Amino acid sequence: MSGFLDFEYTGQIMPDLLGGLQITVQATVIGYAIALTLGLLIAVVRRVPVFGSLLHFLMEFIRTTPLVIQLVFVFAMAPANFSPFTIGVVVLGIHYAAYTAEVYRSGIEGVAKGQWEASRALSLPTSRTWGAVVLPQAIRKVIPALGNYLIAMFKDTPLLFAIGVVELLAVAQQVGSRDFRYVDTFTVVGLLFLVVSIPSAILIRRLEKRYVAV
Amino acid sequence: MSPSDTPENTTAPGVEGNAADAPLIVFDKVVKRFGDLTVLDHLDFNVEAGERVTLIGPSGSGKTTILRLLMTLEKVTEGHINIGGEPFSHMPRGSGLVPASESYLRQRRKSIGMVFQQFNLFPNMTVRKNIMEAPVHVLGLSKDEASERAAELLDLVGLGDKIDAHPTQLSGGQQQRVAIARALAMRPEILLLDEVTSALDPELVAGVLDVLREVAETTDITMLCVTHEMGFARDVSHRVLMFDKGQIAEEGHPDQIFGDPREDRTKSFLKSVLENGH
Ligand SMILES: Nc1ncnc2c1ncn2[C@@H]1O[C@H](COP(=O)(O)OP(=O)(O)OP(=O)(O)O)[C@@H](O)[C@H]1O
Ligand SMILES: [Mg+2]
Repeated sequence: MSGFLDFEYTGQIMPDLLGGLQITVQATVIGYAIALTLGLLIAVVRRVPVFGSLLHFLMEFIRTTPLVIQLVFVFAMAPANFSPFTIGVVVLGIHYAAYTAEVYRSGIEGVAKGQWEASRALSLPTSRTWGAVVLPQAIRKVIPALGNYLIAMFKDTPLLFAIGVVELLAVAQQVGSRDFRYVDTFTVVGLLFLVVSIPSAILIRRLEKRYVAV
Repeated sequence: MSPSDTPENTTAPGVEGNAADAPLIVFDKVVKRFGDLTVLDHLDFNVEAGERVTLIGPSGSGKTTILRLLMTLEKVTEGHINIGGEPFSHMPRGSGLVPASESYLRQRRKSIGMVFQQFNLFPNMTVRKNIMEAPVHVLGLSKDEASERAAELLDLVGLGDKIDAHPTQLSGGQQQRVAIARALAMRPEILLLDEVTSALDPELVAGVLDVLREVAETTDITMLCVTHEMGFARDVSHRVLMFDKGQIAEEGHPDQIFGDPREDRTKSFLKSVLENGH
């Protein structure tokens, strides 16, 4: 064992860790898909007078309580036939929907009043006003902000460990307690997170340039 | 069809045989308030089918508000607006009238088009899509029919070659001509024009006004036009309404209003417009 990383040992534990990484990435991607769609729905429905205010209050509550507590709480309350992965992904998605809803909302509010008025002057049905005029413009503007939440979510997936999802952190914990080589193991885990998040960040910056430049 | 063919203050050519030959647009004691501010104060006026009316008056006199009420972008506070002999701001219920519901308005406003000072084209769509959107999704035209209509109208406004451009690639004057084409694509009975050249660089104004002159000459669309372009108003309109403080200060044939205004408020307003270089 010499230098910063023991390559032989790293090679030994890599298959297990990659298995964990795969779960982490899956949880992020599915959770993100939930956050993107649910957040959009919330942002639109929030404009309905009374119901919207209730929804706003609920989202405020979700944003101001820790994700890990929400995970543990829902896991404890959920029927036993839901797997920890399913519960984890759904809670993660809903938690982040509370954030993406705000992002969408700012995008929607940023669409010029004249766009609504022109839609009305043309008698467009509500579905076209939203679907063809307002949302395409709103979403375009917030793509970078939404992208940032993808990375934030990826970094939050280790919390699923708390409800027994065998993602990267859980695997590392198992490997570490088996071999008592925590430093090596967690160094690799850290690097694996970087390997995923740095290219993602670069990709998001690109998207940002492409969409904001218009 | 020149404005001087029609006697002042009365019916314009092309009156449709609608409900008992009532005027097309009737404002009946319309009051519009924003909070404490009374913008329209028991306003009464009629517009005949096919008539082209120019609204002038100082800033804040309520000209835009009148157009916005007709476009259902605002609601009356008191009074009634009728269009085509039927209630517009209100709808029949039981034996009386109640404020119009959203779905009632949706039906009624299809025959009205509006062109805005700021164009308000949809920047996420091409010029063609901007024009096709309402014919396809409101009138139920097929994509081909709507596309054909878009091409025809773009030729009319002199932008046939810009059909696949995006609005952001066009000058203000071109955008406004597209906006006119977009409004016309709905074949409106009434066209509302709110200072459509005010946001344009001076050299682009004439092109837009020429298009509107053409529309005025070749169609019998009823036009309500707010403008500071007095030459255009004089050429195109049958009647000029001078507004002040939410009421009509003076009305008459354009030659009379511009050549021989009787009210002091009209005189001083016209003087201020001339001094500001419009
Ligand atoms: N949504 C609104 N809320 C409050 N006040 C309003 C609103 N819309 C218009 N007003 C006020 O109503 C008055 C009349 O406005 P309007 O836009 O109809 O005037 P205008 O004759 O078109 O003036 P301009 O020549 O400046 O366009 C103004 O004092 C304006 O500030
Ligand atoms: Mg105005």
